Amino acid sequence: MNKTWWKILGSVLVIYTAIAGLLLGVPHLAILNETIRNLYFHVPMWFAMIVLFSISVFYSVKSLSTKSEIDDIKAVESVNAGIVFGVLGLVTGAIWAKYTWGQFWSFDPKQNFAAISILLYFAYLILRNAIDEEQKRAKISAIYNIFAFPMMVVLLFVLPRLKDSLHPGNGGNPGFNSYDLDSRMRMVFYPACLGWILIGYWVYTIRFRIRSIETITNTPDYGEIKGIRDSFVTDENQSTTNENKQQHN
Amino acid sequence: MQLAKEVKYLIHKEVLLEWRSKYTINGVLLYVVSTIFTCYLSFVSLGDKLTWNALFWIIMLFASINGVSKSFLQETKGQQLYSYILASPAAVLISKTVYNTLLMLVLTTIALGFYTLVFDSFTPPDLVMYYIAVVLGSISFSTVFTMVSAIASKAGNGGMLMAILSFPIIIPVLILLIKLAKNAVDGLPWENSYDEIAMLLVVNVLMVATSLLLFPYLWRD
Repeated sequence: MNKTWWKILGSVLVIYTAIAGLLLGVPHLAILNETIRNLYFHVPMWFAMIVLFSISVFYSVKSLSTKSEIDDIKAVESVNAGIVFGVLGLVTGAIWAKYTWGQFWSFDPKQNFAAISILLYFAYLILRNAIDEEQKRAKISAIYNIFAFPMMVVLLFVLPRLKDSLHPGNGGNPGFNSYDLDSRMRMVFYPACLGWILIGYWVYTIRFRIRSIETITNTPDYGEIKGIRDSFVTDENQSTTNENKQQHN
Repeated sequence: MQLAKEVKYLIHKEVLLEWRSKYTINGVLLYVVSTIFTCYLSFVSLGDKLTWNALFWIIMLFASINGVSKSFLQETKGQQLYSYILASPAAVLISKTVYNTLLMLVLTTIALGFYTLVFDSFTPPDLVMYYIAVVLGSISFSTVFTMVSAIASKAGNGGMLMAILSFPIIIPVLILLIKLAKNAVDGLPWENSYDEIAMLLVVNVLMVATSLLLFPYLWRD
């Protein structure tokens, strides 16, 4: 995925949905009115989050079998990118709720469960910070990530159906499928989902590349630097080693 | 059946150790009793049956965190290494989970009795259904907390990590339990509770399956 076409596609789609989402016609429904446009900005955030968290679980499973540091970095960076989308999903939902339900946070089951599932991933990041040793950290956090993922699926997709919620698609409120009788909304909604998923993946790849460069340069016995250090430094003094390293960098 | 034999032996070991010291069961029992007593002194009477139900589950949540988290956090490095050599990881996890379930069943039964005794203004009309909720609660608490306490003990930063890691996982289970117990408190017919019971069983099977898959990786240092 090093090619650029999907990055351009993602940017074009997001710019298109930002413009078309605000300008194109939408069906006029009671209560929702023009806030129905939030569908283009709120729902794709959750799609992007789910995709990024799935990538994270995939690499966590992989890192348990390969023990490779790269897979661990991929897992944590996709969680980092996914959390940003999760928080954006909560914020866009809260702003929409202010204009339709009257409050930013009305302790609706959908809101609560989404917030708890974000908490799961904050717990994952805190667990990572609590362990110093890299290999142990990779292993234990991968295990927690895999353990938490089914719970997130239950929280986001199963439990809200058992509770009464005001959220569209729940408890007798019309869902997305009943909005778009003239399928005008599909023209914007599907590109929006695809566009934001691509942007989310792009954010994740950039974060991964930054992190892997940092990791390589922070590793003391990294190939080239090690060679240089070995040829110039004879004593074991750490400060001299560092000075030499800086000069040769 | 090598596994069944190991599990049986390990459960016997856990029960024997607990029976010799009686530390966990007495400690958590005293914790529950004093918490209920403190709640009684501060609330005096619970007029609302919903508050009655919610308070019971909050007390049970903290009691079970204290009780179950002992299972791995209390063991020394040497003890863990010893059981690592002797038994398969699956046997260790299953035996701990079963033992914790038994412990929680004893504990919650006594706690429920004491709770209805102290707050005697109200008893759930459908006591059988309420007890089913309590049994399911014991099983779910022990399956989730056993695995999380294993993770927390390997991470080496016990108490605080235990709370942070387990709360987001246990909240959905707790919501289901409170809903189920509320049905019993309201005296609804049993058909209304089948959804919650099935959901709790599914979540438990899911948790046990993922724990069994992941524990061998965690157990090997």
